[in-house]
Amino acid sequence: MAAKTVLNYLPRKSVVHALTGTTKLAFFLLFTFAGMLTYDTRVLLGLLVVSLLAFRVSRIKVSEVRFMLVFMLIFLLLNNFFVFVFNPNQGTEIYGTRHVLLPLPGRFAVTAEELFYLFNITLKYFVALPVAMLFISATDPSEFAASLNSIGVSYRVGYSVAIALRYIPDIQRDYHNISQAQQARGVELGRKEPLMKRLRNAVNILLPLILSSLARIDVISNAMELRGFGKKKKRTWYTKKPFGRNDYLALLLGVLLLAASIAITFADGNRFYNPFM
Amino acid sequence: MKKNNSIKTVVAVGIGAALFFVLGRFVQIPSGVPNTNITTQYAILGMLATMYGPVAGALIGFIGHTLIDLSWGGAPWWSWVIASTVVGAVVGFMGKKLPIHEGVFGKKEIVTFAIINVIANAAAWLVVAPVLDIAIYAEPAAKVFAQGAMAAFVNSVTAVVIGALLCIAYSKTIAGKGSLDAE
Amino acid sequence: MIEPVISFRHFSFQYRAQKRPTLHEINLDIMPGERVLIAGPSGSGKSTLGSCINGLIPFSFPGEIQGSLTVDGVDAPTAGIFALSAHVGTVLQDPDGQFIGLTVGEDIAFALENECVAQDEMKETVGRVASLVGIGSHLELAPHELSGGQKQRVSLAGVMVDQVKVLLFDEPLANLDPATGKQAIELIDEIQRRTDTTVVIIEHRLEDVLWRSVDRIVLMNEGRIVADMRPDELLSTDLLRRHGIREPLYLSALRYAGADIRPQMRPAQADTLVIGEDEKQMIGAWMRAAGPGREAEERPVLLEVSHIGFGYTPERKILNDVSFAIREGEMVSIVGQNGAGKSTLSKLICGFETPDEGSMRFAGEDMADWSIRERAAHIGYVMQNPNQMISKTMIFDEVTLGIRGRGYSEAEIRERVEETLKICGLYPFRNWPISALSFGQKKRVTIASVLVMGPKMIILDEPTAGQDYRHYTEIMEFLRGLNEQGVTVVMITHDMHLMLEYTPRALVFSGGAMIADKSAAEVLCDPELVCRAALKETSLFHLASRCGIEPPEALVQRFIDTDREVRAHGG
Repeated sequence: MAAKTVLNYLPRKSVVHALTGTTKLAFFLLFTFAGMLTYDTRVLLGLLVVSLLAFRVSRIKVSEVRFMLVFMLIFLLLNNFFVFVFNPNQGTEIYGTRHVLLPLPGRFAVTAEELFYLFNITLKYFVALPVAMLFISATDPSEFAASLNSIGVSYRVGYSVAIALRYIPDIQRDYHNISQAQQARGVELGRKEPLMKRLRNAVNILLPLILSSLARIDVISNAMELRGFGKKKKRTWYTKKPFGRNDYLALLLGVLLLAASIAITFADGNRFYNPFM
Repeated sequence: MKKNNSIKTVVAVGIGAALFFVLGRFVQIPSGVPNTNITTQYAILGMLATMYGPVAGALIGFIGHTLIDLSWGGAPWWSWVIASTVVGAVVGFMGKKLPIHEGVFGKKEIVTFAIINVIANAAAWLVVAPVLDIAIYAEPAAKVFAQGAMAAFVNSVTAVVIGALLCIAYSKTIAGKGSLDAE
Repeated sequence: MIEPVISFRHFSFQYRAQKRPTLHEINLDIMPGERVLIAGPSGSGKSTLGSCINGLIPFSFPGEIQGSLTVDGVDAPTAGIFALSAHVGTVLQDPDGQFIGLTVGEDIAFALENECVAQDEMKETVGRVASLVGIGSHLELAPHELSGGQKQRVSLAGVMVDQVKVLLFDEPLANLDPATGKQAIELIDEIQRRTDTTVVIIEHRLEDVLWRSVDRIVLMNEGRIVADMRPDELLSTDLLRRHGIREPLYLSALRYAGADIRPQMRPAQADTLVIGEDEKQMIGAWMRAAGPGREAEERPVLLEVSHIGFGYTPERKILNDVSFAIREGEMVSIVGQNGAGKSTLSKLICGFETPDEGSMRFAGEDMADWSIRERAAHIGYVMQNPNQMISKTMIFDEVTLGIRGRGYSEAEIRERVEETLKICGLYPFRNWPISALSFGQKKRVTIASVLVMGPKMIILDEPTAGQDYRHYTEIMEFLRGLNEQGVTVVMITHDMHLMLEYTPRALVFSGGAMIADKSAAEVLCDPELVCRAALKETSLFHLASRCGIEPPEALVQRFIDTDREVRAHGG
């Protein structure tokens, strides 16, 4: 339960949920790379349509991911603000023209190029957002390790991820208990204390947390060895789903999207789509 | 014997990433600057990378940071994820000779640890993160270098202050138990 | 002739970091299908012996071996952990450390995955083994949704997917409440009967293991085997007492009454025990010889909790309408199964959480507006695991932490800390690093670190969990000493001995409500209450009913009083 809430897994019956974890992971990676490479507005809009459609068929409701959505919107607004403040002429530098829309003093004049550039940054992020949320909300965390292993990551690394997911709730609970007991002894991280004191107080809370976690490493590795972990070069996975037709289709789509994105974006030798010239 | 060490590394990466996640996601110390919090995960990363080496360090940074980004709901901000990976790798590579496992962590080791962490964080946040931000996201250089400088400073401070204190305390728990007399 | 499945011959072992061997000259044969209990105090080498059988020694804990050890035909010291794991299944003490999978099914399948077993076969085996241990309907659940007992079942299933010949249990009762412990022993018994595996149980809680019969008890002390006998024989000797293992309470009571325990009485289990007329008369005489009970004087109320209710979400109440009062100088235990709300109650009292309804008063003052810090000056809270409380490396610094920044001068701080250290018997060690201390000493450090703030009351969470009889007595006698100096002590516990022997009064919780507030002896003689609170009836209750003592708690009380006298005279 708690392990599932770490990443907000929302189980249900849908085409997306029925895909294997491997497919979802691979599609997620292909898709985010497609979105990362391009700055071509047309490609981004195309990808956004695919992304939204995928979200639609997953039967996950927007209200269920509202928390993530709000967090991301705030993050994007702040990011856009900083991009503008640090260089209001980035748009002009990229697109090579300058159409002033709002003549603010100094270098802060708002140009159409800058707005278009900010629109593209935002778009770039929004393209990846639904797919990322889908990956998190429609993939059973139990499948993560197996999926990583089947896209070529060593099963040992895959299992490290599984262990992280398994023990995050435990460590979170330990942290909570330790910090409460330390508060009773006047160890606070809040604003009332001077900064250096806060850092030293952090040590008073982190030390017991880390020492007990290190002790845990020994117990877990003994338990794993007693049950034969690392005995062979490969291992099988209890939770791995078999590949179906839809899995091949989804993977094909992912590869095609990435190829199309690269082809269209770099056809004219420029990452950016330029409506101003 | 060697086998057990490799299992231990697998577990250390898993638990390390879990610690990195919990600290990065839930434990924030107000820095004094409004809306800016000091997170402590780079202190743990520095300590664990020193203890378990560059591969474990890199993986803890990579897995931990990716999980944090995923848990906020978006696609991982890969340039920064890679920067965290670099911190773990660099500290692990340069710090693996520090004799923390033997319970020795004196002045010389503290200074070395501090220098290593500053170098690692500087490389990650002043070079890797901003360069990738420009390459991937085409963000303004001034902005990403300013962000990088801020991150380099804050993460170096936490890694050096908290990380070193943790290492000292940890080394003392291993220190020899003989020759103690009640007074 | 049948070959032994485990055979130690002139076996010695010395850990690499230690000056002397931990095991000396062990000669021990265990036959296929036998059930053997390995008992002994902490540090006797019993866990080391277990680690030799499953290969953790010498492969994970290196050291030097002499002599030979054969396990199911394999030369254990050279075979390696992987090779041995096909013959020996180990259920470790810490259920959270052994539960590696994200769900029950995955965890049970773990060993099969490592063997590259195909998925269909894996699902079938997991299903079969899971139903064998009674966890078949929970395959999808995550560890956090399971109780301690269920986690242990998963661990057992996880090692049973291999067709092992030997099942090794390392302190299986350490983390369980009494009722679950009873079920665990029943389960082990049943599995052994059905599969005819050899069972080796390492445990110091003898009476609880003997709830189901074992063939032999191997008693260890200081790295040597001091006894290897049938339970009935061993219990008729004084070897257990001499080596710091608590014998079953009904036998202690019979001895206090002057009876002689003989193997013919079949003393290993309370219900098979043959009690003759002589013994009954002795018990009767012993009861009559009791001195008059002491009437406790009414002291003023220190903590008053009235109509407290709390839940993390409005739908799920964790505590409901709880009221009680604790008087100055009392020693009280809070009992009930996991999830009954005991820990939440202590969090509310310490101010870590805020109650939704009800009020609390301390020495007559309303606590509602007190901060965590202010409460800590009146009520100290000691966590179960001292390692989670200790944040300094030196004892003096650790104890000082709580009173820094409260406006005391350095001299005042030093004086207060030293005084506290003296009370806790830690003064001679004040400049030691904490890492050099034993568990019990660390516990004292954590108690000292809350006492230094000057509380009138301390709340301890499971103060003796996992401790053997000697360390248990050490910690509890220390707490009793504090109590005699005027500190009110409240303990959250699963330990029925602790309840009986140290706390005259027990508050019983079940499902978020307080269902009883009476003497510990009365609680443990009330079968219905025992069942609701996941406790276990004390065997003294059975002894009392069989000897016709009415009410049974009179015998329990008599036992506690005698036991205390014996202990006070250094017995």
